[in-house]
Amino acid sequence: MSAVADAHAVDHDHHGPAKGIARWLFTTNHKDIGTMYLVFSFAMFLTGGAMAMLIRAELFEPGMQLIQPAFYNQMTTMHGLIMVFGAVMPAFVGLANWMIPLMIGAPDMALPRMNNWSFWLLVTGALILTSTLFMDGGAPNFGWTFYAPLSTTYGPDSTTFFIFAIHIMGISSIMGAINVIATIINMRAPGMTFMKMPMFVWTWLITAFLLIAVMPVLASVVTMMLMDIHFGTAFFDAAGGGDPVLFQHVFWFFGHPEVYIMILPAFGIISQIIPAFSRKPLFGYTSMVYAVAAIAILSFLVWAHHMFTVGMPIAGELFFMYATMIIAVPTGVKIFNWISTMFRGSLTFETPMLFAIGFVVLFTVGGLSGVMLAIAPADFQYHDTYFVVAHFHYVLIPGAIYGIFAAVYYWLPKWSGRMYSEALGKAHFWLSFIGLNVAFFPMHFVGLAGMPRRYVDYPIQFANFNMISSIGAFLFGISQLLLVYIVYRAIRSGNKAPARPWDGAQGLEWTVPSPAPYHTFEQPPKVD
Amino acid sequence: MSVQALRAGALATAATAPATAFAEWGVNMPQGATAMSNTIYDLHMWVFWICVVIGLGVFLAILWSVLAYRRSKGAEPAHFHENTTVEIIWTIIPFLILVTMAIPATATLVDMYDSSEAEVEIKVTGYQWRWQYEYMGEDISFFSSPTTPSGQQNNLIKKSDTYNREVDNPLVLPVDTKIRFLITSNDVIHSWWVPEFGWKQDAIPGFINKNWTRIQEPGTYRGLCAELCGQGHAFMPIEVKAVPKEEYREWVAEQTGESG
Repeated sequence: MSAVADAHAVDHDHHGPAKGIARWLFTTNHKDIGTMYLVFSFAMFLTGGAMAMLIRAELFEPGMQLIQPAFYNQMTTMHGLIMVFGAVMPAFVGLANWMIPLMIGAPDMALPRMNNWSFWLLVTGALILTSTLFMDGGAPNFGWTFYAPLSTTYGPDSTTFFIFAIHIMGISSIMGAINVIATIINMRAPGMTFMKMPMFVWTWLITAFLLIAVMPVLASVVTMMLMDIHFGTAFFDAAGGGDPVLFQHVFWFFGHPEVYIMILPAFGIISQIIPAFSRKPLFGYTSMVYAVAAIAILSFLVWAHHMFTVGMPIAGELFFMYATMIIAVPTGVKIFNWISTMFRGSLTFETPMLFAIGFVVLFTVGGLSGVMLAIAPADFQYHDTYFVVAHFHYVLIPGAIYGIFAAVYYWLPKWSGRMYSEALGKAHFWLSFIGLNVAFFPMHFVGLAGMPRRYVDYPIQFANFNMISSIGAFLFGISQLLLVYIVYRAIRSGNKAPARPWDGAQGLEWTVPSPAPYHTFEQPPKVD
Repeated sequence: MSVQALRAGALATAATAPATAFAEWGVNMPQGATAMSNTIYDLHMWVFWICVVIGLGVFLAILWSVLAYRRSKGAEPAHFHENTTVEIIWTIIPFLILVTMAIPATATLVDMYDSSEAEVEIKVTGYQWRWQYEYMGEDISFFSSPTTPSGQQNNLIKKSDTYNREVDNPLVLPVDTKIRFLITSNDVIHSWWVPEFGWKQDAIPGFINKNWTRIQEPGTYRGLCAELCGQGHAFMPIEVKAVPKEEYREWVAEQTGESG
């Protein structure tokens, strides 16, 4: 008995991480778990990116050169699923793990063991998903939106594993969201009222509620698929009296809030970084909070704008068109507030700021094409073309991915205690910026000119712009390897970072040393 | 016999097809062949130019902030961080701009949804991977399958101008006639899309969707399947041959005469 107590006491005195693999398998430390999420999501980003490279190589010229249609469809499907569920969402959870306790002055996440479990469940789910590539009949090939009946009656055998993987990753996301909410509501430092929370914390709190609201909806839609495939039900099978359009309603009731799950935390990151490098407080903090909340609430009311061509009644078309257009208002407020924050500031352009400005510029492009897509009668032309592909890559790459890159450059000194090379960081930004625009801007043109999405082969009049797109995509893809090198180099031989490497940065995370010690804020700080 | 007649007709109309259909650098939506497609094009351009103006305004504001307030030029930061008046202004003005888009959009949509009083009715059924056309009230029904040779797809022979956009039996329609389409599917979801008509409509098993067109000029109009439907998704094109009313009546008589 006493031996146990002693060991316990020693453990408390030691207060460092365990050694070897056990540290990572059993850790309940928010910093370790945050690191694992970030490393995992980057590995998935490169995996999904490699699939995108294959897609763009096949589309380099009309005709079929490298891969056959069956495998091409697996690549587009897996690219989408891996980027959404493997790269973007886990990266934000990783940032939440690392930064929320540091930003609100908490010693750790509220539910540390569940934190560990949700990470390892995610890895399990992602491994199941990627393992479908090696199964007989191949991986899911019905697009990341997996519309029934293509994914049920006509799906490959691996669909069952895909459903299981979605369930596992969904549980992981829900647990992560519960943890974020419990942490933010209960563990803020004394004096940090809700309206004093950093914007990143606010946006993640709202995102977590969105996750809890819609992940069960995703679970229900894949469960109905499972029943249709194996248990003789006919939820989505018209031959049995089912309704394929019901699938789309349920899917997009999840899917549209999901889009905001992938962008709101990035809004929070940008709202931290722009004030830091403008040396001026965020303009309109209160309206920024309300705008995020408004976007989140509206996200539940607009799902059928993905379905303008399924034959909805005109009243439905009009409602979803108007509701979608209204989202432009709070989104516009955010853009204007970020610009007003820069206006009359004292700006410098370190890499995080470059990615933040790139975010505002290119997200505006994606937002404006979103307004065009909201116009229902015109969407009868735009729908399911490369115009849509251009639109959502313009919101997801400059939105979610640039937000994550900006966060990595901004907080890497805090995580590692080392500075990255500013010259290499800027090179990464400019190569990504050029590559992205060369890859995705021409997609607006081919989409409007009539090229549908998810085409393995296309009529020859789309050839020129597709070749340009592919060249841009290769540039964008290859320049992401630079990020690996930049982070590696910083950790190995970067200059030592002070506690607050950015002179304009505000917030509790900059009051602890760099690198942040294994345990921080064991005594809560006082916030005025 | 009827296939040969169709091919002869297709050859004749190929010469009259607009040259722009094969433009290599097309950057915009076609204005199309119907009054509706022109209305949609105008709406698209109206919204597009509003977006361009807003985008330029935003970019100029960013550019100004980035150029004028650099610390390297000695800019000192101001400390303002709130202004309720401007926040109200930039909430209301975008809302009003949206109203200017919503009004014409609503009017256009109401027109699109009015498929009543059609003179010709065509049932379109999607299959993996071809289309079936049935002329309601006439005894005409046929499949329309892609004809692009696999040698072109596998880069063994030179690709034609209509690569992946050509079929054996095009849908033959009269001009200046209101045509209602009843669109459904026999297996998975497809989407029937001829950009020159201004819309696509999903073909969904168990549902019959409606849409309509009134073609103004004779010619060949080509389209593609727009909803992922499996391996052959990129290979189930649509070809519509619009002919003068008289020619259409002759074609119908010929078809029904033969089958009857």
